[in-house]
Amino acid sequence: MTANEHPDRYRARDRAADPPLDHPAYKSTSLRHPDQPPVPLDHTLSEVTGPGPALSEVSVEDADLTTNAGTGTEAMGERIIVTGRVLDEDGAPQPGTLIEIWQCNAAGRYIHEGDQHPAPLDPNFIGRGRCVTDEDGSYRFLTIKPGAYPWRNHPNAWRPAHIHFSLFGPALVTRLITQMYFPGDPLHALDPIMGSVPQEHWSRMIGAYDHDVTQAEWALGYRFDIVLRGPDATPFEAGGAGALA
Amino acid sequence: MSGLPQTPSQTVGPFFHYALTEQAVDRLDPDGRAGEPIVVVGTVRDGAGELVRDAMIEVWQADGGGRYRHPADGRAADVPSAFIGFGRVATGKQDGAYRVSTVMPGTVPGRDGSVQAPHLNVQVFARGLLRHLHTRIYFEGATANDADPVLASVPEARRRTLLARADGTEDGQARYRFDLVLQGADETVFFDA
Repeated sequence: MTANEHPDRYRARDRAADPPLDHPAYKSTSLRHPDQPPVPLDHTLSEVTGPGPALSEVSVEDADLTTNAGTGTEAMGERIIVTGRVLDEDGAPQPGTLIEIWQCNAAGRYIHEGDQHPAPLDPNFIGRGRCVTDEDGSYRFLTIKPGAYPWRNHPNAWRPAHIHFSLFGPALVTRLITQMYFPGDPLHALDPIMGSVPQEHWSRMIGAYDHDVTQAEWALGYRFDIVLRGPDATPFEAGGAGALA
Repeated sequence: MSGLPQTPSQTVGPFFHYALTEQAVDRLDPDGRAGEPIVVVGTVRDGAGELVRDAMIEVWQADGGGRYRHPADGRAADVPSAFIGFGRVATGKQDGAYRVSTVMPGTVPGRDGSVQAPHLNVQVFARGLLRHLHTRIYFEGATANDADPVLASVPEARRRTLLARADGTEDGQARYRFDLVLQGADETVFFDA
């Protein structure tokens, strides 16, 4: 696909890798997952359009989380570079895609008022940033490595370190909110949110340490590519599972 | 045929507000040129009937002429420049309610020459939703509803869950109420889009 072509249908989400809505180990799903199966919706102009392109035009880059608190003092913690490309399933770069991220600080505390974890806030870290992918779908954030933090899902529950990612992509149906995890974290196997995705697919959510991204005397580098739904060329079978299978 | 594996979805969690909705996008037509102004309000409830006070609602819609601000819509150049058609709000921490002021969308071309009734496309995110939900807000009493192929694809008994109902006026603008129910007897229809 070139940037000038607009598919009239996108391929289905990969439900083998996506989490189920009902995932008992993550207690908050119990009263929030629909009981009814979703109704198939063949894509129309409403689904193959979306806010992504327009939002990319109006969004201002804010990709350095180590300084964007605006205090003149750097955030505390292990400085890291998180970079990668946004692609579709065909490997086509997704340029002009708005990416918004948010995370807790190095001590495991979000600036959010609802976070009551008794770990220190960092006055020089707000933990949010955004950027728009360039022509080859690349993005790059400078931030600090988030800490792990406890939550109340079950006794002694801890979330592995993660960065929240929000992407729009070219269409309404390419919308994705996910989390990037860090390699080698022993909390992965204990986390019911990460565990909502079958373990064989966890690599899709784990940033890879990349020594070529690491900058000497400065910051460790992680590479995290994100793959959105691609265009579907398969004819839709009216009334059948077809492209929605 | 597909090469690269999709990145899985994960929940938005409870701590998104300062990053995503601190600056709510709740006035979709700031200069009042995109169509007939309306207000859409509602709540989100869970399977126990409790208000969901930490949801995020995103809206994507056509302008009053049924045109999307997007390069896949050949009429995009005619959309008033201040109108993107995107809204993003959180439900209230106290009242679990959301509110957007926007315009009544026009009818939108459907597949195979069909006509889609005026609707808002809605995506719902929340703690406890490992992937977001997708639904549509139609408007009760709109004559185009009868011929809308998406509404027709929904079991008749559940179609009403997709209809916003008239709820008086607010500053002279028609107000519509659309309450979402994530689970249970009056569960909103969600789509596998």
